[in-house]
Amino acid sequence: MNRYPLWKNILIGLVLFFGLIYTLPNFYGEVPAVQVSSGKATLKLDAALSGTIEQALSDAQIQHTGLFTDANSIRVRVATSDAQLRAKDAIEKRLNPDPRDPSYVVALNLLSASPNWLTAIHALPMYLGLDLRGGVHFLLEVDMPGAITKRLDAIAADMRTLMRDKNVRHAGITREGNNVQLRFRDAAQRDAARKAIQGSTSDLQLADRDDGSDDLKLVATLGQIAQKNIRDFAIKQNITTLHNRINELGVAEPVIQQQGLDRIVVQLPGVQDVAKAKDILGRTATLEVRLVDETPGALESALAGSVPFGTELYNERGGSPVLVRNQVVLTGDRLTDAQPGFDGQTNEAAVHLTLDAAGSRIFRDITRENVGKRMAILLIEKGKGEVVTAPVIRSEIGGGRVQISGRMTTTEANDVALLLRAGSLAAPMEIIEERTVGPSLGADNIAKGFQSTLWGFVAIAVFMSIYYALFGIVSVIALAANLLLLVALLSLLQATLTLPGIAAMALTLGMAIDANVLINERIREELRNGVSPQAAIHAGYERAFDTILDSNITTLIAGIALLVFGSGPVRGFAVVHCLGILTSMFSAILISRMLVNLIYGRRRKVESLSIGQIWKPGN
Amino acid sequence: MEFFRIKKDIPFMRHALTFNIISLITFLLAVFFLATRGLHLSVEFTGGTLIEVSYTEAPQLEPIRNAFAANGYPDAQVQNFGSARDVLIRLPNRDDLDATRMSERAMSTLQSVGGAAPELRRVEFVGPQVGKELAADGSMALLLVIFGIVLYLAMRFEWRFAVSAIIANLHDVVIILGFFAFFQWEFSLAVLAAVLAVLGYSVNESVVVFDRVRETFKKKRNMTTPEVLDHAITSTISRTVITHGSTQMMVLAMLLFGGETLHYFAMALTIGILFGIYSSVLVASPLVMWLGVSREQFIKPKKEKEEAVV
Repeated sequence: MNRYPLWKNILIGLVLFFGLIYTLPNFYGEVPAVQVSSGKATLKLDAALSGTIEQALSDAQIQHTGLFTDANSIRVRVATSDAQLRAKDAIEKRLNPDPRDPSYVVALNLLSASPNWLTAIHALPMYLGLDLRGGVHFLLEVDMPGAITKRLDAIAADMRTLMRDKNVRHAGITREGNNVQLRFRDAAQRDAARKAIQGSTSDLQLADRDDGSDDLKLVATLGQIAQKNIRDFAIKQNITTLHNRINELGVAEPVIQQQGLDRIVVQLPGVQDVAKAKDILGRTATLEVRLVDETPGALESALAGSVPFGTELYNERGGSPVLVRNQVVLTGDRLTDAQPGFDGQTNEAAVHLTLDAAGSRIFRDITRENVGKRMAILLIEKGKGEVVTAPVIRSEIGGGRVQISGRMTTTEANDVALLLRAGSLAAPMEIIEERTVGPSLGADNIAKGFQSTLWGFVAIAVFMSIYYALFGIVSVIALAANLLLLVALLSLLQATLTLPGIAAMALTLGMAIDANVLINERIREELRNGVSPQAAIHAGYERAFDTILDSNITTLIAGIALLVFGSGPVRGFAVVHCLGILTSMFSAILISRMLVNLIYGRRRKVESLSIGQIWKPGN
Repeated sequence: MEFFRIKKDIPFMRHALTFNIISLITFLLAVFFLATRGLHLSVEFTGGTLIEVSYTEAPQLEPIRNAFAANGYPDAQVQNFGSARDVLIRLPNRDDLDATRMSERAMSTLQSVGGAAPELRRVEFVGPQVGKELAADGSMALLLVIFGIVLYLAMRFEWRFAVSAIIANLHDVVIILGFFAFFQWEFSLAVLAAVLAVLGYSVNESVVVFDRVRETFKKKRNMTTPEVLDHAITSTISRTVITHGSTQMMVLAMLLFGGETLHYFAMALTIGILFGIYSSVLVASPLVMWLGVSREQFIKPKKEKEEAVV
């Protein structure tokens, strides 16, 4: 009765084997590495690039010990930190010939030193949180009322243009709080205005308000859906912008995530210069539309070195140089949206831009006057511009809808749309939480967490082995298996491990021994009541199971509550705590039972169990 | 080796009233200190800036304080943290200052003091809006834990068990908070996590005893309710002490080796474990008795599962 069927033993063995494999990478430590990621949204990493990197390294006579490609980065492992710096320089020089305009982010990083076959099966070391490896954490709040106000201001401006175009006489258009008020002298004009507005947009809800016979008002408010769209757009655009900016910091593994409705978490591991990080996060980038100087010979003389007065020389994305006039026709402030799509006639990939009313008017005028000429769209960041595209104007473009097309793949169209949207922040942001951890504190925290767990484990192991003899040793092995599985699970899930997480690991181990104590005490009690050893083992495990299940579920309830409502350090604690409860159920019941079965189950006659002294009241 | 050599059941229930009075007094004391002294909440809850720096040689704190006062932070708290070489500075949030630039300004203030420049160990800045949310989230988590545990125990056992278990363990939580209020220890998010973990953990204890109570009710038909409770507590007491002892060993290791960051976390757990033993055994069981638990509640035809009839 104390034997597991073969399949069960094999299953447990397999679980332990996988646990061991996925725990392995944590023992290898880290080696220096250089990480290359794309610095521009339109640049993709491909196989050719890794070839280039390898070439650059072999030219500089640097040996690398592995080159890994994933979706967002290429990482090269090198032997020493000296080689790391040289490799970074070599790669940087090769990939970014113009240091003022880097196409790729080349950053120093640390990679697991585990063998390649482990990395190939996604066995990675645990992902350490900022409090363990050092770095900066920001929580930014997007000013949503600000985004809505900005939009309403734009709407008020649009309406003025609309009223003028439709010849509607009004007595003033103003934004009052969260709505736009249009004032009229008579009802006929108001009806005309309503019709005009309803014809141009469906985002607005219109209501009449009469404050006297000659003070008629039309109150326009944004509908729920429109407001939600503005919010979603604002946070998405801000995240995209942050991505682009952080790329310049050369951070190996930045984390930029939305949290809740209006917040963004930014984590920059390894960054110590907080002031610079804040500067970059808070900077604004702009989009500019300018005309291309097409005077015959001007481009040639510019390329020869003498740029004509009032123009600037740029390289258009894709290669060919263009000479752009200094005069700015339109800035990104006038852009309300940019979406990828297709050209209605040629079915080519295209980017659709939407301009606000003032922008549309300027754009219409400028295109009417410059049919047949080229126009350049520039992205200006850090006072440095790049020509995204420079199309030929085919006809007058009115209505504020602009299409950029030609020589673009669908992916490129997507990227350009993203880039244009990303030009500036949709709404102001404020830092509401900042956490900086120096590298020495991070290392200290790891050491302290490790020491606590180690000594706690040793103390429990010594006590259990003395008190419960062989059964104690079995419990300790089960506890060690629990730790192994927990670490394997954390490595596999790549859940962030923080100092509270290590504390949870220690605490979970301390609690997990409860299950084994329950079982051992039950077996002793059965023996005390005169039950035969084999039956005592059986009854001990059977009866303790219910109790173990109940007590683990109540603990799990607390863990889940922490997971749901916790943030930051609490969540780190809760994740490990919950996972630990699950692994402890497995190891305390199945693994310890398997060991006991293997020790006692095969013998036909068992005289006594090595479970420490059984004291009977009669003695 | 066997620590517990108990010849017959210990009559715990005879002293039920005494236990309940002791807990009532501790509970009231805890509430009193919470009300009069309040919790010393960490920067995570109150909002503000916290900066930890490390010097190569132990610095004088007075010049640092003066430098902060001279730079417009008369309310800066400067103190040693862990060792004489580590200094912790707390700056409250103020409306008239741009909070997001606080950490840089504080670092330049520290550099202006002179002597060896400190190494920045840690900065925590929490805006005023975040703190309130954390407090709200904490209370929600507490409510969810209470509700979840009561529901589960009511399903698995009986509502009487559920109610007494949760009362006993909430009383632990209040006592932990009382300790933090009395000693003015810093109450941080990590401590909150510890408190909630304790809540789940010491409910365990009640569950183990209740499991025994249920089993004894089914098995031994001639025992009175107090006798059943006494028997259940006595037969699990060895496990109780050994389990908690083991957990406490782990927590002790954290207390000794975990450093300042884990100190109060481990402290909360220690208090929680000690009072957890007491309350879940000696508070929850009498409560079950007062609530009128009896054999009939367990001898339902539907409940007669195999495991029950041994």
